[in-house]
Amino acid sequence: MARGPSLNLSIAEKRYATNAAPVLAGIDLTIAPGSVTAILGPSGIGKSTLLRMIAGLDTQFSGSIQIDGQSPIDAPPPGFVFQDPRLLPWLTVLDNIRTAGQGVDTATALSALERTGLTSAAKLYPRQLSGGMQRRASLARALAMSSGLLILDEPFVSLDRALVGEMQDLVAEIIAADQPTTLLVTHMPEDAARLADRVLILAGQPAKVVADIHLPSPVIFRDRKDITSHLRTIEGAIGFRTRPEI
Amino acid sequence: MPSAQRHHRFLELASIPLLLLFWQVLAMLMAQRLFPTPLAVGAELIHLATAERLLPDLGQTLIRAGLGFFLAMVLGTALGLVLGRVRSLDRLFSGWLIVGLNLPAIVVAILFYIWLGLTETALISAVVVNKLPLVAATIREGVRNFAPEYDELARAMRWPLARRLRLVFIPQLMPFVLAAARTGLSLIWKIVLVFEVLGSDGGVGYRVSLFFQFFDITSILAYTTAFIAVVLAVEYGLLRPLEHKVLKWRADPA
Repeated sequence: MARGPSLNLSIAEKRYATNAAPVLAGIDLTIAPGSVTAILGPSGIGKSTLLRMIAGLDTQFSGSIQIDGQSPIDAPPPGFVFQDPRLLPWLTVLDNIRTAGQGVDTATALSALERTGLTSAAKLYPRQLSGGMQRRASLARALAMSSGLLILDEPFVSLDRALVGEMQDLVAEIIAADQPTTLLVTHMPEDAARLADRVLILAGQPAKVVADIHLPSPVIFRDRKDITSHLRTIEGAIGFRTRPEI
Repeated sequence: MPSAQRHHRFLELASIPLLLLFWQVLAMLMAQRLFPTPLAVGAELIHLATAERLLPDLGQTLIRAGLGFFLAMVLGTALGLVLGRVRSLDRLFSGWLIVGLNLPAIVVAILFYIWLGLTETALISAVVVNKLPLVAATIREGVRNFAPEYDELARAMRWPLARRLRLVFIPQLMPFVLAAARTGLSLIWKIVLVFEVLGSDGGVGYRVSLFFQFFDITSILAYTTAFIAVVLAVEYGLLRPLEHKVLKWRADPA
């Protein structure tokens, strides 16, 4: 995967329907190539909507989004990891990867499976995989797309603690190796503290960016001490001192 | 093969021999003339196939059923897709579909025979009109059940229409197409026979109606057996393997 593109967001307003109240407003951001930006905010604030707009899945808004100077629709499709693994159940794991984007060759698909530790599951159908394996397959599919833009929409939700750690390490390795521009939507500050070098906190109605935090130390070398320190910074910005879920 | 699966397979294989056994016992309890044994029917079947018109009759009925089935599936699938996708048309025509589903088959056949005469076109048209609403309703249900998240995945991947059809649309539709095919086929076999009794110059139904006039139960059962054998051959030789191939990604394709 090539080093990722830069993103320029200038979103004046986003409404779900013409007469509905705006959900997002006044979001002006520049996201650097190869950076990892975590977007935090309470459920229903519009985090996933923002990702869908960046991926070109939602074009009904006023403003503009540029990915290396192109609109999301014209830019190469991003590697998108949805909240659910969203593998096509009628295709094997390998075929799910091979059909990514405009189609990838078998060698690329197998390489993506190898990186996510799923080589032995290539011929299985999604129903034959555990929840954690399905998530990794979904990540493998995003990796195989090689667009340089990796979008992760709550990729660790409903996984148990051990699997979350395993998935976070996997994502950290991928980020360090490929340097994609990564957008991570999460409601867990720990995810951001572990993986992001920049944290955007969305709040309000309509939602705006209320805090923009830059976290030092490279993602791959982050130890427990760094993560704890980053977590305090994030929680401080959120306004909570105790439990992470916002 | 796991033991439970072996057990199910055994039960499936035992099903038809059990039916023959049941038939034999029943025939032994009843008067031979009213209910002949499977062996007597088997002998009559061979005689009818070699010396009489069983095979041409069977062929004629199968061609009618096959043609009716094909047309009903193609037209019904197209209609079901449109109704499933375009809500306004669905609202407008859902009443028509209910009428179609509840229209007595015999009425449709009589009307077509009056309008078009006792012709092949009338018979096949009547079969299609009878079957089409069921196919359309099943396919419409399938389209309504499409998972929107796969549609979103396809858009995120920027898949062109042909790819979207192949990877997302058709696989979701296939279980419903197969269900429509299966229910449709069993319905069509029966309808064609009834329509042949009503007005035809050949075919299984026509021949059975002649045997009825002579109370020739052995020949009626011989024709029925031959016909059932064909139905079973289509079920086990075509539909089930196709279903297994297309739905093998499911835990239980049946």
